[in-house]
Amino acid sequence: MSAPRDLIEALESLEAGTLTASELVDDALGRIEAHDGEIGALLALDAEGARERARTIDEKRKSGETLGRLAGIPFTLKDNFVTKGLPTTAASKMLEGYRAPFSATLAEKLEAEGAILLGKANLDEFAMGSSTERSAAHPTRNPWDRSRVPGGSSGGSAAAVAAGYGYFSVGSDTGGSLRQPAAFCGLNTLKPTVGVFSRYGLIQLAPSLDQPGPLTRSVRDLQLLTEVMRGHDPLDSWSSKRELAPARDIQGLRVGILKPALERVEHEPIRDAHDAVLETLRAHGAEIVEIEIPHANIALPTYHAIVAAECSSGMARYDGVRYGKRVSKDELFEMMEATRAQGFGEEVKRRILFGAYLLMEENVERFVQGARRARTLIRRDFDAAFERCDLFVTPTTATPAFELDNRGDDPLAMYLSDYFTLPASLAGMPAVSTPMGVDADGLPLGIQLVGAPFTEATLLRVAAAIEEKHGILDRLPALNGGIG
Amino acid sequence: MTRYEPVIGLEVHAQLLTETKLFCGCSVAYGAEPNTQLCPTCLGLPGSVPRLNRRAVELAIRVGLALGCEINRDTAFSRKHYFYPDLASNYQNSQFEPPVIGRGELCIEVDGVERRIGITRAHLEEDAAKNIHGAGGGLYTVVDYNRGGQPLLEIVSEPDLRSAEEAELYLRKLREILIFAGVNDGNLEEGSFRCDANVSIRPVGQEKFGTRVELKNINSFRFVRRAIEFEIARQEAVLASGGALVQETRTWNENVGQTISMREKESAQDYRYFESPELPRIEIDDEMIERARAQLPELPDAIRARFIEELGLTPYDAGVLTSHPGIARYFDAVASGMKADAKLGKRIANFIQSEVLRDTQIAGLDAKFPVTPEALIELLSMVEARTINLNLAKQVFHEMVASGKSAAAIVEEKGLGGGVDEAALEAEVLKVIEKNPSQVEQYRGGKAAVFGFFVGQVMRATRGQADPQLVQVLLRKHLDG
Repeated sequence: MSAPRDLIEALESLEAGTLTASELVDDALGRIEAHDGEIGALLALDAEGARERARTIDEKRKSGETLGRLAGIPFTLKDNFVTKGLPTTAASKMLEGYRAPFSATLAEKLEAEGAILLGKANLDEFAMGSSTERSAAHPTRNPWDRSRVPGGSSGGSAAAVAAGYGYFSVGSDTGGSLRQPAAFCGLNTLKPTVGVFSRYGLIQLAPSLDQPGPLTRSVRDLQLLTEVMRGHDPLDSWSSKRELAPARDIQGLRVGILKPALERVEHEPIRDAHDAVLETLRAHGAEIVEIEIPHANIALPTYHAIVAAECSSGMARYDGVRYGKRVSKDELFEMMEATRAQGFGEEVKRRILFGAYLLMEENVERFVQGARRARTLIRRDFDAAFERCDLFVTPTTATPAFELDNRGDDPLAMYLSDYFTLPASLAGMPAVSTPMGVDADGLPLGIQLVGAPFTEATLLRVAAAIEEKHGILDRLPALNGGIG
Repeated sequence: MTRYEPVIGLEVHAQLLTETKLFCGCSVAYGAEPNTQLCPTCLGLPGSVPRLNRRAVELAIRVGLALGCEINRDTAFSRKHYFYPDLASNYQNSQFEPPVIGRGELCIEVDGVERRIGITRAHLEEDAAKNIHGAGGGLYTVVDYNRGGQPLLEIVSEPDLRSAEEAELYLRKLREILIFAGVNDGNLEEGSFRCDANVSIRPVGQEKFGTRVELKNINSFRFVRRAIEFEIARQEAVLASGGALVQETRTWNENVGQTISMREKESAQDYRYFESPELPRIEIDDEMIERARAQLPELPDAIRARFIEELGLTPYDAGVLTSHPGIARYFDAVASGMKADAKLGKRIANFIQSEVLRDTQIAGLDAKFPVTPEALIELLSMVEARTINLNLAKQVFHEMVASGKSAAAIVEEKGLGGGVDEAALEAEVLKVIEKNPSQVEQYRGGKAAVFGFFVGQVMRATRGQADPQLVQVLLRKHLDG
């Protein structure tokens, strides 16, 4: 079989009858078999179930039944989405062997459209990290260069798509956990406006920031998945009934840039690629304007205070009483302590303790309420910026994918890798990351597009224009037999 | 010797009468098999998302209006953290500052004098699960999560109460208002209305509060009173003997008739309150308040005043007929159906109290009456029209209850209707006098008691249908005349 380049092409082949779902699934399983021992993108695999579902879809197609919009497309799900059929661990020992009694709304929605779940993808434990090295199971390697990380925390998802384990993955983004891995793995992603995609069934890290989103090979795939995945979910308090704004023409669009932020980028190919993208947008008739997010400099501490407070509270439920890991002891509180001491990894404990400190009666006003006020200031900066521009662009990351074990002992350096992505998370704005070429080492680079609430369609249209000129789909390991 | 003054504040946890829990669709019905009313959300499972039951907010607003409290337009849920298996997430979704309901007051009458007791606040929160200790031969504690996540309104009073009696009166009054407002069924035994009391004493005249003891497990009005009385006496005895009180939580043990220390207050436990990051803020607009106001039924004080002023009831009767909202509604339905004035109102009240309430079954907020208000209206209207007299009406009523037939059908069947006109009755009276000359002699000779004999004879002769008052008038006319 000649493998389709992207999801849309795969759908066309399926509809034309030149390919079957079973062939797509077998192809993906073959790649997993061949490469995942080293890449380590997956935590759970359902080969038999996937083959079974593919056969069913092929039969339905043959008999002319109406099929869903993603019928026959294999995909993976970050392992912080609960699924009834497969274990859900969030890459933590705390949930070793845990079987959820319900499935995330998005998982059900995608499967109802005929997408075939191959397995669950690796992540930093409970999504706390930016490299997928903090998975309790094993790290994930970048299919473009196996000495490098795929980014995180949705690193398993990104590596899976880049390596051709299916055509898309659904991950989550709290401060950049979709966008940074997309940039590191040469993929496209959307962190939506709050409420566009259902969060029911997404294991929380920081609920005021967590957003699900797809990782895809092409922009048109991302457009299709946005359409399929969005919609109101009565099970999610924050789910929105609002429609997305229609896409605007690039001609006449005011595209903002952040001069002072760019100066922080030391990696020259990123600055060059960013400038080349601006040229492309100008050529399409966009107007480039300089904007400011004056409070961007406090985004990092603000973000970490909010995440630590919310995560310290949310992680309290893991105590060995009702589900998941339990370290047996004679007395209740000893059991809870031992379970949490052994069940959680270093980074999780660091954030729980940090958060518990911030939430102490004498600290909460200064740090947690303070961070909330800072967040309001940042949101106002964005509102002001969107008076002057329709969207703005930044590099997604300041560097390409870094090497494994590079930043492991320095949490602050790791936190800094989310520098460009944090503000949009704090402000609750939609953001897309799309590739903007590769550097001299052949490592992919990403550009981030940030818009006002519900302007996803415009961001995707602009991303498509960037892809046309700067896309790197042909270089994707998935399309090159000898991956990485 | 120093004289002390008790200072008491009460915290009431009232379960709101919603169909479902505060953050999910699970039933709140009492008495189900343990751990059968559960879902991922009220078990706090990974990936679950709470979603607010708006009905609970509406009921909270209704309470705020009933107690004349401030209603805060923009409030939020906060997480209160502590590790214990009765909380599925090891935090409770509650409210910190500000609560949905702010300051208000409740009036009680103590020895005929009105006392205004301040309400500090009322806030929404989810109930904890129920721990059942001593399962498995005393080895285990088991947890029933059915109760976990049920909606509670915690209503906190100011420390304005000065005696166990006042505390009991306040609780009874609060419970009555919640029941009449339709937000709570007031069941202390099943725990839908729970009370904790903060009790301290201070020398009379001193402004500063004494050391406070929190009393728990006072789940009946009798316990409340006894526990507080015991606690006041205990504290006085400690101080009188030169001892010092410690701030602690004590529980009422009915078997020994004492409060028993549960735990001393840990150096102020830090619950690490912070605003829930996953529940939207509660925003209350004028429309919600107006809707709640429209749904707020008439409250017992107003009902009693109306019963006394417009329907001629004594304060005692008004109390009986407002002992349950169903009874008040029943009386109201009959009275308004008969367009009752003060005199008729009183007669209806008498009939309901003497006959109807004997066969009425009360269970929680439900009241099951032996006949409908419409059926009673039909019966009592026949009395008013003098078709039948009151004694017959009582017989007909019991027949209605026994057979389910209407008053008209029974009267028709037994040929009771029509009564007896005055001329015919006078003829009967003369006949009875004529037939009983010796009794006439006795009566005229001064034996007044014989009068009853004549009344009975006339009533028998008319098969009970005569108006007894008219019978008496006519008998007097002919016997005395």
